[in-house]
Formats: sequence, structure tokens, C-alpha cells
Amino acid sequence: MDAIFLQILNGLDKGGAYALIALGLTLVFGTLGVVNFAHGALFMMGAFCVVTLQKVLTIAKRVKDPSVTFFDAYKEQPYLEIWFGDTGRAIIDYVVPISILLAIPIMLIVGVAMERGLIRYFYKRAHADQILVTFGLAIVLQEIIKSFFGANPIPVSAPHVVAGSAAIGSLVGLGDAVVYPWWRLIYLLFSGVVIFGVFAFLQYTTYGMVVRAGMADRETVGLLGINIQRRFTIVFGLATVVAGLAGVMYTPVLPPDYHMGMEFLVLSFVVVVVGGMGSLGGAVTAGFLLGVLQSFSSMTEVKAIIPGIDQIIIYLVAVVILLVRPRGLMGRKGVMES
Amino acid sequence: MTKRIIPVTRRGVLKGGSALAGAAALAPTIFVRGAWAEDFRNNPGSAGSVKLGFNVPQTGPYADEGADELRAYLLAVKHLNGEGDGGMLNTMTPKSLKGNGILGKKVEYVTGDTQTKSDAARASAKRMIEKDGVLMVTGGSSSGVAIAVQGLCQEMGIIFMAGLTHSNDTTGKDKRRYGFRHFFNAYMSGAALGPVLEKEYGKERRAYHLTADYTWGWTQEESMRKFTEGFGWETVAAVKTPVGAGDFSQYITPVLNSGADVLVLNHYGKDMINSLTQAVQFGLRDKQVNGKQFEIVVPLFSRLMAQGAGDAIKGILGSTNWNWSLQDEGSKAFVKSFGQEYGAPPSMAAHTCYVQTLLYANACEMAGTFYPPEVIKALEGFKFDGMGNGPTEYRAADHQCFKDVLVVRGNENPSSQFDLLKVVQQTPRSQVEYDPAIFGGELGPYKV
Repeated sequence: MDAIFLQILNGLDKGGAYALIALGLTLVFGTLGVVNFAHGALFMMGAFCVVTLQKVLTIAKRVKDPSVTFFDAYKEQPYLEIWFGDTGRAIIDYVVPISILLAIPIMLIVGVAMERGLIRYFYKRAHADQILVTFGLAIVLQEIIKSFFGANPIPVSAPHVVAGSAAIGSLVGLGDAVVYPWWRLIYLLFSGVVIFGVFAFLQYTTYGMVVRAGMADRETVGLLGINIQRRFTIVFGLATVVAGLAGVMYTPVLPPDYHMGMEFLVLSFVVVVVGGMGSLGGAVTAGFLLGVLQSFSSMTEVKAIIPGIDQIIIYLVAVVILLVRPRGLMGRKGVMES
Repeated sequence: MTKRIIPVTRRGVLKGGSALAGAAALAPTIFVRGAWAEDFRNNPGSAGSVKLGFNVPQTGPYADEGADELRAYLLAVKHLNGEGDGGMLNTMTPKSLKGNGILGKKVEYVTGDTQTKSDAARASAKRMIEKDGVLMVTGGSSSGVAIAVQGLCQEMGIIFMAGLTHSNDTTGKDKRRYGFRHFFNAYMSGAALGPVLEKEYGKERRAYHLTADYTWGWTQEESMRKFTEGFGWETVAAVKTPVGAGDFSQYITPVLNSGADVLVLNHYGKDMINSLTQAVQFGLRDKQVNGKQFEIVVPLFSRLMAQGAGDAIKGILGSTNWNWSLQDEGSKAFVKSFGQEYGAPPSMAAHTCYVQTLLYANACEMAGTFYPPEVIKALEGFKFDGMGNGPTEYRAADHQCFKDVLVVRGNENPSSQFDLLKVVQQTPRSQVEYDPAIFGGELGPYKV
């Protein structure tokens, strides 16, 4: 029972990350009709907003190690700590939450610039062209990050107060021995809040209503005198911010490196396809569903029956869905069916 | 029918002979060039230089390690050509190198990108051999890559001096006559680490293994189990994890209630960074199980990779091939050269790559030729010192180097950004030696 409970949590946590990335992907596809292969790189850029801020906050006074003479080996003490003591230490400790404030405007600017500077020229081009150009863009973004930060993962810590594990088992009657990292619980909660926020924005605001109308029938909305294109640009920016925030919050779980976006991209595309291209609800449902399935398939008991199932389960589900229901779980009729 | 007989005259013989001599003189030399020399691929003949092929990961997750390997290779080339301070050329014994290239020929190089993918690494090595005409291929940061490239080099008759490869298979079941490994292996890690684990954590422990699902992971797990079970540890479970899994939570949570009190992470590189970071987040190091403190062990440590795990490595035991803090004359000379050239200490991958290049060059000097079978014979059984880790031998039976192995611990209180691993013990070579027959495999022929 403990194992099942923990695997459900693992799946939901993993699914949260998949859902956040897939949400942005499907939003862009649903509004602009663009298949954006650079979306994973945006997730990675969000993570590197944290790394950058961490580097800035930990600019340090260097005390040289006198025993090393052939190169500069030194011990560092951040100026923030020297100047502000415990307050400085606390600011460094909370680098991930603080980075959210930094990442929102940065990712919005990146998203709008990307849409205006490149993506819009590919609206009417074939999906293959869109994939090629956005994939190329992803590689360029990766290499830029690599040239600044190297290829090795860079450690980022969650705030000290939530760095450990929560005895979550006692809350559900499974005893104190069942623990789960605080930060992963926070990530799960965070992804729920962001997903809810995006849905609320699209569902309950006039702006969102117009966007949804544009997704359903762009031409008619245009004929009503609404500049739907500008709204879609903002939606692209919103999708970029969502991907970036997913990356920011994931840094304590997975030390960021320049390639991390690519690792999530393929899985997120599978999530979008399974959920239904352009379906926001489908992306979220499929994200959590596939996350949980992946976790359960990793259990020793399951692998004893079907060896290696943990490595193929997501793709297996995708194949079955595409064969049985090509439009995906919640996809619109006609999309991906021709 | 009558036969017409052409009379042989003195004038005719002279005319025909002159024509033949002229034709021979004017014929393209391509048909006869080098026909007198030993017949082997990429024979430099009378050229003034020789080319070596440095095949390292320049892209992908091990790009930083590959960059460090490349720095070491460039330094080795410099020292071989008599430039710089000479590095380990000043400490290596016995030594046939003279600092004037190899056999008087200037050393040049080409580089390739393995991408840490076997197919890409083979393609890159093939290009270097066929197009660039390299005499020797070296490098790499993965056992899968090393085994693939080693196989290719055997087929093509080119010597392969492996870079970072730690699987027992490289010089075990997949060993090749043309392949040589200076780096230690998984068996030696187990042999060195085992007694330290016994001393620090006792004989009654229950271990849970998470293992990267490829050749290195399998042999690392096998070796760790052999030695830990040998002194009484029980293996609760051994779970294979996909390479590059990223999130290991689904593999770590079963450890929590498995009754294990030690987690052995048979992971390297990014997998090690991620699994260790996440295991610490799951509170494993704060747990008490079976009345004992829960412990995590990382059998193969690298300083470059340890940087990525941050504070999570502090206090963790593991093994490593070499560390820049070693105080023997060879290590000090290399750290000095490398540090002055690049402003940072070399990694263990850089060390092994540098040494491999020098050893190959030295073997050519000893053999007095670049002809691979003779160079191989010079390397086989070669005993040397002054290159770190004490007296070392390239065992003829499997082309594995035997030397002291370092057991290290993640430094709790580093004195600098490079002081991440503390040497706990320099395990003597005699403790990590084994019978080459236990891993099987055939070296294959000298002449291919």
C-alpha cells in the first residue's frame, strides 16, 4: 500500500511537469497552429533563469588557498552574506522562489520576441517547416546556454526549510515511515495552481473568451474587428512563461543543464498527442495519466512480469491511442485524423 | 601456314630497353611508393609528422569531461614535441621518449566528437583513420563507446588507447589486441572500496542497488555485489534504471521501505548527479534503518561530475582512478603543467588520456617503428612508474593497467572549489589484481 501511494505521488509529480510543458505546447498549436519544437528549450531557459540569479546572488569574495600554487583555487564567501549576514544567506537560500519573479518578465519577452521575430513567418507553412525551424532554434538556444554555463549540471537547492521530506504517510494513515520530499509536493501544488490559472484565464476573462473564439474560428473573430493576431502573440508569450516557470520550479529536483529541455520535449509531445492536439484539458489529463503510468511501470513487481516496460510504456500508450483514437483522448474531431 | 620470325637485333634490344626505362621513370610514383616498407595502415613512411586521433565527447552530456580530455591531449602533444615544461616526461621511468616527437616525427592531431554514442564514435574514428590517416585513436567517456571503437580499431589495424572506460568488459570479454586501457575498472573499484565499506559500515548491512542499464552498470553492480556479499552484506534488491532517466523518484521510493540500510548507486555522470541529489531529497541520509544510519555509496566518483551534485556528495564514499591532490612526483608534474596551461586542475579523465598518449608514443620509441604489432608488443607487459598511482603494469594478458586505486569521500569541508574529493585510502595494486581468465574474452591476432 505504501509503495502504491508513493508511486501515485511520483506519477502526479512527474505528470505535473509533463502537463505544464504540454499545456504550453498545445496552447500554441491550438491558437497559432504551430508545432513548436523549441518549447523544451524554453523550459530549460526557465531553469537557467534560476542559475543566472544564483550566480549573481553568490558573487563572492575569494580567499585563495595558499597551498595551491599552479592555478587559482579559492574559497568563496558571497558578498550578500558578508554585507547582510543572515538576511543575505536567506536571500541566497530562497533563490528558486525569487527566480519566479525574474522568470515571468524574461520569459514573456523571450516568447513575444520569438513569435514576432520568427514564428509568425511560419504560420502558413507546412508543419514540417515549423518543426525544422523551431528545432533549429532549440539547438541555437541550447548552444548559447552551453557556451555560458558549460555542459555539466549545476546544483540548485530548494529553500532549506523545505529541503527535507514530509512525513506524509501519517496524514493518510500509512505511518511516519512514508515520507515524500517537501519540494516535490510544492511542485505538484504549483503545477495545479498554474494549470488552474491558465484555465481560469481562458475561461473566465473576456480576453480568454476572445482567444477561445479565435481558436474555434479565427476568421469570424477577425471579421468582428478584433486583432486576434495580437492576442495570439500574447498567448504565445503566456505559453512561454508557463514553460519557463515549470523549469524554474524543477531545478531543485533535476540539476539544470543545457540539454534538459530536449529530454522533456519528446515526452511532452507524446503527452500532447495522447491528450489530443490543441486540447488543453487533454494535455493536462494525459500528462498526469502518463506520469502515473510511468511510475507504476517502474515498480519491480511490474518489471518482473514485463521486463523493460518502464522504458516503453509512454510510447506504447501513444501507439495504442493513435491506432484506436487518432485525435487523442480529448482532441477535436478532424485534428490528426486525416 | 608459315610462322614469321622477328629477328632479335642489338639495335632492337637497345631501343626496347630504353623505352622500358623511360616508361618506368615517368610512371606515376603512386604505384610503387612505400612498396618497400612494412605493410600497415597509415604508415607515415618518410613523412616529417604523424597524426593521432583524439575522439572525445564534444557535445552531449559529457562535453565538459571531453573538453578536459582534449586539453590533456593537447598538453601531451606539446610535451611530446619538446614544448612546454615537459610534464610527466620528466618523471616517467623507464622512458624512451626524447621530446622530439615520436621517432623524430612531429606529432600532429585531429579531433572527433563521440557524442557519447557508440555509432557516432565509430563513425568519427573511422573518418579519422580513413580520411585523416591517424596512427592511433584515443579518448572517450563511456564504456559503450570504448568497446565499440575498440572493435573498429581491431578490424582496421589501428591501436586504440582507451580514455575513460570503467566496465570490466573493455578488458574482459570484449578485450582486443589493439585496445589498451590505463583507467581502472569496476572490479578494481569493488576490490578497493569493499574493505573500506566493511570497516566503516560493518559486516551486517542490507544493500539496495540502482544500476545503469548498460555494460558499465552491469559490471559495476556485479563487482560491488561480489565484494560486499563476500564479507557478509545482503543484497536486498538490484534494480536496473534506464540511462538518462532524469527523474529517479520511481526507483528511489521503493528503497524507503525495502529494509535496506545502504543504497549503492551504480550510476555515472548525469545519472549519478540526479539519482544522488534525489536520494538525498527523499531523506535517505537522515534515515535510521535496522538500528543503523542509512548510507549511500557511489562506486565511481569523478570530480567534474561531483560538482553537479553540490552538497549531496559530502561524506559519500566512492572510488576514483586519480586525483589532482596526489603528492607523487608524476602527479605533481602533471598538475603543474596542466594548471599553468589552463588555470584549473586536471580531471581523472584528463590524467588517463594524457598518460595514454605518452605511453603510446613511448612504445613506438621502444619498438623503433610505428608498425602496430611491434608497438603492441612493446606495450604488453610494460612496467613503468612516475605517472601517478605508483608502479604500474600494462598486463599482457588483457591490456589492463594495474596500479594503486583511490578510495575517496565527498569532502565535508572543501578548502577550494576544486577540493571536492578527499582521498581516504590509496589501495595497493596487489589488492585489486585478479586472474584475467575470470572475465573471458580473446585478444585476437597481432596482424589483421
